[in-house]
Amino acid sequence: MTINWGALALVAVVSLAVGVLVVVLVSLALVGLSAREPAAGGEAAEGTSTTDGRLSPAAGTAAAAVCLLGAAAIVLYGLYLIVF
Amino acid sequence: MEISLIVLVVVVVTALAFDFTNGFHDTANAVATSIATGALQPRTAVLLAGVLNLVGAFLSVEVAKTISGGLVDETQITPTVIFAGLVGAILWNLLTWLLGLPSSSSHALIGGLIGATVVASGVDAVKFAGIVGKVLLPAVLSPLVAGLVALAATYLAYRITARGAVGTVRRGFKAGQVVSSSMVALAHGTNDAQKTMGVITLALITAGALPANAGPPFWVIVSAGLAIGLGTYVGGWRIIQTLGMRVSAIESGQGFASGVSTATVILTSSHLGFPLSTTQVATGSIFGAGAARGPASVHWGLAGQVAIAWLLTLPAAAVVGAVAALVADTGPVGTIVVALVLIGVAGGIYAASRRRPVTADNLDELPVPPPPVDLVA
Repeated sequence: MTINWGALALVAVVSLAVGVLVVVLVSLALVGLSAREPAAGGEAAEGTSTTDGRLSPAAGTAAAAVCLLGAAAIVLYGLYLIVF
Repeated sequence: MEISLIVLVVVVVTALAFDFTNGFHDTANAVATSIATGALQPRTAVLLAGVLNLVGAFLSVEVAKTISGGLVDETQITPTVIFAGLVGAILWNLLTWLLGLPSSSSHALIGGLIGATVVASGVDAVKFAGIVGKVLLPAVLSPLVAGLVALAATYLAYRITARGAVGTVRRGFKAGQVVSSSMVALAHGTNDAQKTMGVITLALITAGALPANAGPPFWVIVSAGLAIGLGTYVGGWRIIQTLGMRVSAIESGQGFASGVSTATVILTSSHLGFPLSTTQVATGSIFGAGAARGPASVHWGLAGQVAIAWLLTLPAAAVVGAVAALVADTGPVGTIVVALVLIGVAGGIYAASRRRPVTADNLDELPVPPPPVDLVA
């Protein structure tokens, strides 16, 4: 009996890389989209203020779009794997 | 009508019944966290998952071919053996559903088939090499990998979005949960509906209705897809409650990360030829995502119960399958007796579940643990 340890390791590494990448891309997109919201007292008090001068709404939206496109491409590839 | 044809019809009906239990047993894999965080309303979630399971059933037949030709020697078994194996799988699925434990329907099916085959045709009729390399080893590793992926992804998601607006982040993660849940439901339909297609195809081959190595006919694909879709829509609310509410107080970021982890591990492994248990991967992901907010936020006692259920699934289903094969192999009367026992026990389990019904309307009402026994007094 032979066990394909290489393929098992590949599953682990690829799953870890892709899974973390998708979540990180969406998280970054949400931070970018947060720049579109005006600062609110309550949010600032909780340390989650978005408009602290680092990203303008336009730049945040653009960055979010790029990140979401990347995540969407990975999801579409996942669909491709399911179908074909 | 010939006796052999009647037995074949009984096998097909039993296989579809298993497919139905597979659907409602595994609904939680895709939707538990989405329901828990409010990303989807319970009935909307099971409808979406049911439809996507049905769609998934039409996308591929590769797993069906593996089941029909990769586990047991189809030249040495009969439809009666397959029927007995299905009985073991169905009863284990119903028992674990009653207990709210997310065990693997796939392993129950494989265990039932192994037990029945060993009794009817001997150990040589089981392809153990393939089972160890492609079933048992991935069964041990996949929940660990899924948990690790979810743990890392959740940790990073919280670190990154700490700078974001709470409302935007929550809404974004909830939208992401809908997508990841949909992917898991689609993958589940593709993988698990095919297992039933494989079993029915195997029965048709052993009965001489199909040539060896044949793929599933269209009516088999349609009926298996409908059975798993309907089962998913019915919703195994007990297991949804366990995975969504009892493992940990899941937030939207954790739900999204666990969904992505589940979908990624299943798709990657399927692409590389390892048919995994969707349930074990989803459960591992939810525990990993829960642990990312600190080990104390996870109900580890529940993890122990789930682990015991996983260890018992294959041997327990095998034992029931073996006993069912012993009785069913005596002739048509034996098959009828086994069918009646299956119906009776299934009815009993359903009646027991009515004592503490769990539905879409009372998912928040968690079972109260028994008070600790004071041994000193």
